[in-house]
Amino acid sequence: MKMSPFDYHRPDTVDEALALLETYGGDGKVLAGGQSLLPVLALRLTHLGHLIDIGRVQGLQSIEVDDDGTVSVGATVTHARVERSDVMAAAAPAVAGAMPHVGHRAIRSRGTVCGSLAHADPAAELPAVALAVGAEMIVQGPAGQRTMGAGDFFEGYLSSALGEDELLVGVRFPAWAPRAGWSVLEVSRRHGDFALVGLVTTLEIDEAGLLRRPALSLFGVASTPVRVAEAEQLLDGNAPDPALLAEAAKVVSGALEARADDHASSEYRAHVAGVLTRRGLAEAAARATERAGV
Amino acid sequence: MREITLRVNGRDEHAVVEGRTTLAEMLRDHLGLTGTHLGCEHGVCGACTVAVDGQPVRSCLMLAMQAEGAIVETVESLGDGDGLGLIQQAMWERHAFQCAFCAPGFLMTVRCLLADNPTPTTAQIKEELSGNLCRCTGYASILEGVAEAVAKLASAAGGANDA
Repeated sequence: MKMSPFDYHRPDTVDEALALLETYGGDGKVLAGGQSLLPVLALRLTHLGHLIDIGRVQGLQSIEVDDDGTVSVGATVTHARVERSDVMAAAAPAVAGAMPHVGHRAIRSRGTVCGSLAHADPAAELPAVALAVGAEMIVQGPAGQRTMGAGDFFEGYLSSALGEDELLVGVRFPAWAPRAGWSVLEVSRRHGDFALVGLVTTLEIDEAGLLRRPALSLFGVASTPVRVAEAEQLLDGNAPDPALLAEAAKVVSGALEARADDHASSEYRAHVAGVLTRRGLAEAAARATERAGV
Repeated sequence: MREITLRVNGRDEHAVVEGRTTLAEMLRDHLGLTGTHLGCEHGVCGACTVAVDGQPVRSCLMLAMQAEGAIVETVESLGDGDGLGLIQQAMWERHAFQCAFCAPGFLMTVRCLLADNPTPTTAQIKEELSGNLCRCTGYASILEGVAEAVAKLASAAGGANDA
């Protein structure tokens, strides 16, 4: 028995979950897949009086694509479901493409997309994907529902703008552009480990073959995922030739004030971020070109 | 404390558990199914992997109450009485394990993989097993064991088709 005792609650509806959060939110947490929360409890890094298991809450299990191509993913949709979903592969390929990097198979069986976002681990893939594509968090609380852009949502290490009495009921990924490409790359000690440095790249290639709306979203380097605006501006409107990609890589390495820890120095992380930038841009541009050609 | 019901290895089982009781603890301590091993107990080693509704799951990272009503299969489901199941036999023939503490997790991961994809490539096998740690034999013999299981499965399927 590794975890300290807590009361387990299993609401059936969002309203019940919110009522429980209102009562216990200060001393409780939402439990979805539990693949981040239960290790934290097992290691006794924190103590909680109450766990509110939303695993069986009605209406949070769906993956939906609107007419305009916006993809909504409910709070209890697992990584495994996204990984196997043809709908996600077609409508949100950057999200689907991140899945093989998330933990291991057994972790993905239980872990959820929204759980990963709410946990806000800066070394995790999904927050960086959300930041790259401009995902919207759908947050419900006592005052009703509100949406929040990914840029406002991730506030710090394991810390989001989600209130104690609020539930992340879903996430919306904007429609995937016809000429868009993506790349998710990471360097970690072993496959499935958290990334020392990771990069989500999304971009579009216009009719003239020029880069549009490039996004470089790094993870594992700071207390939140970070975009590198300076490099994105450099890329926007230019042809993705090797010289430009090398220049962007240099800008990323230079702009980054990467964290240092036992696993990697700040200099190492900045260097790897540059290398990944070059590779990520090339891979995303190739995917965009291939897609535009079809 | 609450009583929960779930189906384990084809039998309906009941147990009275605390909120913090993990599925692994329930299987071992309440149901006596000690084939499921607990190594790290925080989701890193994979020794406690079982199948929940057909999917591989870390039973140390799932609360027993979360598994209420689920269909759970443990390593005990693989054998046939005293006989080894196909995957176990293949692993045994290839000397896959030494101390075998990790074996239940590997076996259940392989069982879920082969149920999903009976003809995985070596790359797919490595990817699927990447969440299970072994400290004795290393991984080469385990991969050979899985390859042997794939071969046995293919010939069993071939035999069935012939008949």
